[in-house]
Amino acid sequence: MIRFIVSRFVQGIIVIFAVITITFALSKMVPGGSVKNERFISKEAQKAQDEYYGRDKPWIVQLGLQFKHYATLNLPESEHYKGRGVDEIIASGFPVSATVGGAALLIALTIGVPLGAYAALRPNTLEDRASTLAAILGVCAPSMVLGPLIALLFGLKLRWFNASGWFDSWDWVLPAFTLGIIYSGYIARLTRGSLRETLAQEFIRTARAKGAGEASVVFLHALKLASLPVLNFLGPAAAGMLTGSFIVETVFQLPGLGQFFVSAAVNKDIPLAIGLSTFFAALIVSFNLVVDILQSVLNPRIRLHS
Amino acid sequence: MEAAWGRLMRQRMNACALGFLVVLVILCCIGPLLSPYDQSQQDLELKATNPSPAHWLGTDPLGRDMLTRILHGGRVSLEVGLLATAVAVIIGVLYGMISGLAGGRTDAAMMRIVDILYAFPFVNFVILLMAIRGREFWLIFVAIGAVEWLTMARVVRGQVLALKNLEFVIAARACGAGFWHIVWRHLLPNVTGPVIIYASLTVPGVMLLEAALSFLGLGIQPPDASWGVLIQDGAHAMESYPWLLIYPGLFFSATLLALNLLGDGLRDAFDPKSMSQQ
Repeated sequence: MIRFIVSRFVQGIIVIFAVITITFALSKMVPGGSVKNERFISKEAQKAQDEYYGRDKPWIVQLGLQFKHYATLNLPESEHYKGRGVDEIIASGFPVSATVGGAALLIALTIGVPLGAYAALRPNTLEDRASTLAAILGVCAPSMVLGPLIALLFGLKLRWFNASGWFDSWDWVLPAFTLGIIYSGYIARLTRGSLRETLAQEFIRTARAKGAGEASVVFLHALKLASLPVLNFLGPAAAGMLTGSFIVETVFQLPGLGQFFVSAAVNKDIPLAIGLSTFFAALIVSFNLVVDILQSVLNPRIRLHS
Repeated sequence: MEAAWGRLMRQRMNACALGFLVVLVILCCIGPLLSPYDQSQQDLELKATNPSPAHWLGTDPLGRDMLTRILHGGRVSLEVGLLATAVAVIIGVLYGMISGLAGGRTDAAMMRIVDILYAFPFVNFVILLMAIRGREFWLIFVAIGAVEWLTMARVVRGQVLALKNLEFVIAARACGAGFWHIVWRHLLPNVTGPVIIYASLTVPGVMLLEAALSFLGLGIQPPDASWGVLIQDGAHAMESYPWLLIYPGLFFSATLLALNLLGDGLRDAFDPKSMSQQ
């Protein structure tokens, strides 16, 4: 177990430095040479800036400089948001994205697991078909359609919540529901499939033969094993929430990580883009590690190897 | 193959999904030609109007015919979806084949790389690439395809590992068949089924990514249109003209639904194990 965690930790560090390298390489793919500064500033200021970011040095030295920033956790300033460090921006955006993403994950689980379990317990009935269809509809409602519609209905027409912005303590509700509804569809389908597979297994028959009640069979015996694929999905789902954050934070105008990344890309703010990509990678790596550990706790047949 | 086709069509839902997609593809291809309007033709005096006999789905704030734009945008979205999936299939099949055939340490190393790549924030890379080198149409599907091949590689590799030690492959080898003959005549035909199934499940994901990029203003560039572009236009105008968001949204959602149903149907029809759960 300890060896597994250490080896995954080392792997995570490799991933992070690979992500820094790739983002850096992408930033150099501008047609016709290096990033041209489009803002009108004096030659001296430009020169000072190039010196600060090390752009006057060869590429390999620049990449080494990036590595040094992240190895010593001493991040440079953003180019677009003058005077704000990349780490400051991440620290200001992360709580917004984490609130929305965390709430969305909880909403997805609260809707998805019962819906899927309900369908699995009544195979091939009308209720099963209806809840399966509802789950598929959730999968097919893209966030760029669902988000604006939810903002229009609950924000602009009914005026229950603000349609955009991050001012009020209830501003997380609409974006979190947008993401949560979409992921509840995936989770419901996964739960239905894996619960039906589990209910057909031998140990369920044994539990029934022992005289265990239906509720205890489903909740104590079956759901525990059936939750493994759902748990497994939470790693990709968390990554998907980050991806979804690009759209949802744009729709609802939230000052979160996704919004900052899009602005960094559009403004060619390379230091910020590298910082955010690296932070996203670190989040995905740690989430996958937590999921793996939880899985081995839930299912003793899964051993963690390094 | 024929039995699988029969199983696929026996489910009414699958047949509906396939029918819808066929009709949609035909409409998207010939619709813009039959329409009396051009998708980018503006009529500034008209502005945004409700559906009418002249404009079946109304017009947008620049007076462009919505139905023509939706069908044209659909063609662009489907094109990107299919081309990017093709890129993903080519990379994934090649990678998976090589890994499965090599076996041993090479295979372990190649699969380890795939595991590690799953932790990469690919969407960030695509967004950055499109922001830096945008307005190049081919880049969209190459970039998206380069992201979506990982699971395909795993599927193909598993299939090749299972196949290469089966009797008929060993027999072919014993008969003196060369390496390429075995790959071409024995392995490729047998991985086609899973590849088609997984590709059909990849298309909606790819189309979503394209729409997301266009929605952020980094994909297809106006005045050209894709469903992502139309949805973005609609989201800007939704307070006054909600149908500008709702119509392209409906087309997009219905297409995603049909593709998902068809993908699931194909998987059930080809894979007896998942059939038994039905």
